[in-house]
Parts: sequence; structure tokens; C-alpha cells
Amino acid sequence: MAGNGKLKLGLYWAASCGGCEIAVVELREKILDLDAAAEILFWPVAMDFKVKDVEAMPDGHIDVCLFNGAIRTSENEHMAHLLRRKSKVLVAFGSCAYEGCIPGLANLFDRQSVFAHAYLEAPTVDNPQGVLPQPVTQMPEGEIEIPRFYNTVKTLDQVTEVDYYVPGCPPQPHQIWAVVEAILGGNLPPRGSVVGAGEKTVCDECKRQRKEKRIRKFYRYHEIIPDPTECLLDQGIICAGPATRSGCGALCPQVNQPCRGCYGPPPNVMDQGAALLSAVASVVDADTEEEAARIVGEILDPVGTFYRFSLPASLLHRSRLRTKERSHAKNQH
Amino acid sequence: MAEEFEPRIIAFVCNWCTYTAADNAGVSRMEQPPNVDIIRVMCSGRIEPTFILKAFALGADGVIVSGCHPPGDCHYTNGNFKTFRRMPLVEQLLAQFGIEKERFHWGWISGAEAVKWAQLTHEFTEQVRALGPLNWKQELESKED
Repeated sequence: MAGNGKLKLGLYWAASCGGCEIAVVELREKILDLDAAAEILFWPVAMDFKVKDVEAMPDGHIDVCLFNGAIRTSENEHMAHLLRRKSKVLVAFGSCAYEGCIPGLANLFDRQSVFAHAYLEAPTVDNPQGVLPQPVTQMPEGEIEIPRFYNTVKTLDQVTEVDYYVPGCPPQPHQIWAVVEAILGGNLPPRGSVVGAGEKTVCDECKRQRKEKRIRKFYRYHEIIPDPTECLLDQGIICAGPATRSGCGALCPQVNQPCRGCYGPPPNVMDQGAALLSAVASVVDADTEEEAARIVGEILDPVGTFYRFSLPASLLHRSRLRTKERSHAKNQH
Repeated sequence: MAEEFEPRIIAFVCNWCTYTAADNAGVSRMEQPPNVDIIRVMCSGRIEPTFILKAFALGADGVIVSGCHPPGDCHYTNGNFKTFRRMPLVEQLLAQFGIEKERFHWGWISGAEAVKWAQLTHEFTEQVRALGPLNWKQELESKED
């Protein structure tokens, strides 16, 4: 605590979209309560602090650091280590820091193919000289260094020790507030816990009518107008509810959108994608091998569907890196 | 490269059919490669895709899933239906992760098919041996920077 009795708070973003920051601002008038109870020492997105301010702090100076964003570059990792050292409690805040989230889907590719698409192949790119980011560039004035871009997107706890996890893309404001209250009241659960979420699945919070599931065809979302009261999975729309932790209040199914899985795996589930695959495939209404293979074969991009938010935190972390393919890609450019 | 590569294969087999076949193969003194480690489960419908991924993540070079022949052999009537609904999707998933399809076999072997089990373990072991080690974790770490 600071001399004024306030909680010393830090907020940081690594590889993220900024949605977690918006979610904090979405506390609305409660942000004033937060300001009354906490002194913010670092929050690059909203306030004018510099990294050197953090470097100048004694170790363990920040009481709680809410760290959002995945680890995509060496700079992200550097900040993760720095904030770990300066914070008593480090919280992986939001799906990216917790399990990799959408940026983590890049783990189906590697640095070279990501660069090739982003800087050379994308239809909107005009780069006739084929300039690619280099970690070190020689300029007349001297050497310029930019952070290294990793092959693999990592979660925060894959590079440093994490005390708590707040799931969600982004975390829901009422859940953020519950976490803030728990911190202020000293009511945090044991270290390593997931906080700001439920202990069941999204289906448990969903009000839709469920029947026995017998799926004969999977629909992509644009192919069907779903019934507003029946279970979306019953209707053949892949909904991640059965393999996703509760806590959001089943927001997406309420507005006729299937759950996409952003709250991560429920307690005791090791691999969200595998659990969802298992749940979805086992309710296919097929009594022969051929029919089953045909129906599940219609699911395009199983990894992207089942691991939309959790690929870096999954059992396999990423697709295999193959030296052969990478040298082939090099020859193309 | 001092030692020759010996594939490590994990086989998830159901108690009622394929395990019985493996047992019979052993009792009948059929020669089987020592590379296949059997994990017995009550039903192939019990085999969660997580088991398969975890086996690969922890160092298996190949995985076998085998149960009772559908439609009628399953001890639990239709547990194997769950298997044949899930496994084609697991195949697609493994392909996206870059794991060769020759490293994963799923199918059916009844209690009376001990010969088929012995044959499968031979053929699959050689198939995986030809691909070389998978070394999932070490591979990831060695190619990271």
C-alpha cells in the first residue's frame, strides 16, 4: 500500500487489441471508486508514465499489476519480466495473457509466413522492394534495434510466474469489479486461481431450451437463421458453451450468437479445444462410420473453431515448425 | 547418433475387444514389438481426444485407438459410435497441427482377432519408425528464439 493507504496498481498491455483496456474503462462511474481506492502507478494506454518510471521502482513496489496481452515479441517478454519483478501480485488479465486468445491463432504459422503475408502477399500491401522488419538495421546515424518477433505466441505464464488469471475477451466489467473488490478486501483465493469467473460452463448460465442433441448438419453462422429460444448447438451451430467456463452470463447466446469460448476451459479441463471437439462430435446423428465422417468433415478449420482463444495454452501449443517448409517459403520470395 | 531410434507408441484400447485381443496375442505367444504401450480403458467411447493430444505432447511418436467393431460388438451397445464420430475430426485436427496421419491409427479389433492385433503393432511400429521421432516438446523449444 502507498503512504496514503491506497492500493498501488499497475496496468499494462502486451500483444493485445486494447479491448481489455476498454473493459476497465467500462467500469464507468465505478472507475471513480477505483481511483479513490487505488493509486495507479503505470498505465501506458491511459496515463503518461514511462517504462523508466517502472524501472526506477524498487522490486515489489506495485501491489497488483493487471497484465493483458499475449507474448508475441521480445519486448512483450521483457515487460513481463520487468513487471513481474516490480509487482507483488501479477494477474494475467484477459484471454490473451491467460491463454493466448486470437493472436495465438498465429501459432498455426511461424514468423516467416506471418511476415510474408503481412508485408508481401496481402492484397492491400504495396512493398515492391520486399522490405521485411529486421531486428537490427544499420543507418547513417547508427544501429536501430526493434524487438524480435517470435515464431510462437506465448501466454504470460509461459514466460514468467503468474499469481491469478482473469479470463474473458474481454473480461466483463462486473467481473473486473468483483476482482477489484476481492483485492481491496483481501479476499483473494489461493494463488494460481482463475478469478472473476464461474466454476461451471456457459451452458449452465444459458437460458435456451435444450433437447437431446442429434446433429445431422453443421451450419456456419451465415447459413442459418437460428431459432431464438432453442439451444444453438441443437440447431447445428457450433457453440463453445459446453467447453467454456461460465462467468460472462452467456452473453453471446442471449443475442443469438454462439459462444466462441473466450472464457477458456472450465475447471478441470486440460485442453479446451479437445473437450469441445469431443462434445460436438459425439452428438452427431450418424450410425455409420461413413456418415459420421461426412458430417464432421464439413467442419472447416477445426483448430480455429475449437481453439479460437486457447491455442497457445493448449496441450500442443502450436502447429509443428518444419524447417523444410520454411526454406520452401523463402524460395518463393 | 549413437542409438537407433525406437518409436514410443501409446495404444488406447477398450477392455472388451481390443484388450482381449492383445491379451490373447500374448497368451498365444505371438511376437509383438515392445514399442507399443497399452493403456486399457473400459470403452473406446471413453477415449477423450485430450488423451491422444497429451500422449503426443508428452513424447509419443504414434498413437493407436482401438475398440469393438461397430455396429454390434460394443459391450455398451454404442460406445464405439462416439469413437467413430470423434476420430475423423481428431485426424483433421492432427493434420492442422502438422502431425503426419501415419502417426495416428484408429480402428476396430475384436477379442477373436489376436492375429490382427499382432500384425497392427508390427506394421504401425514400422510405419512410425520410418517417420522418425516426433519429439514434440523438444522440437518446439529448439526452434524457438
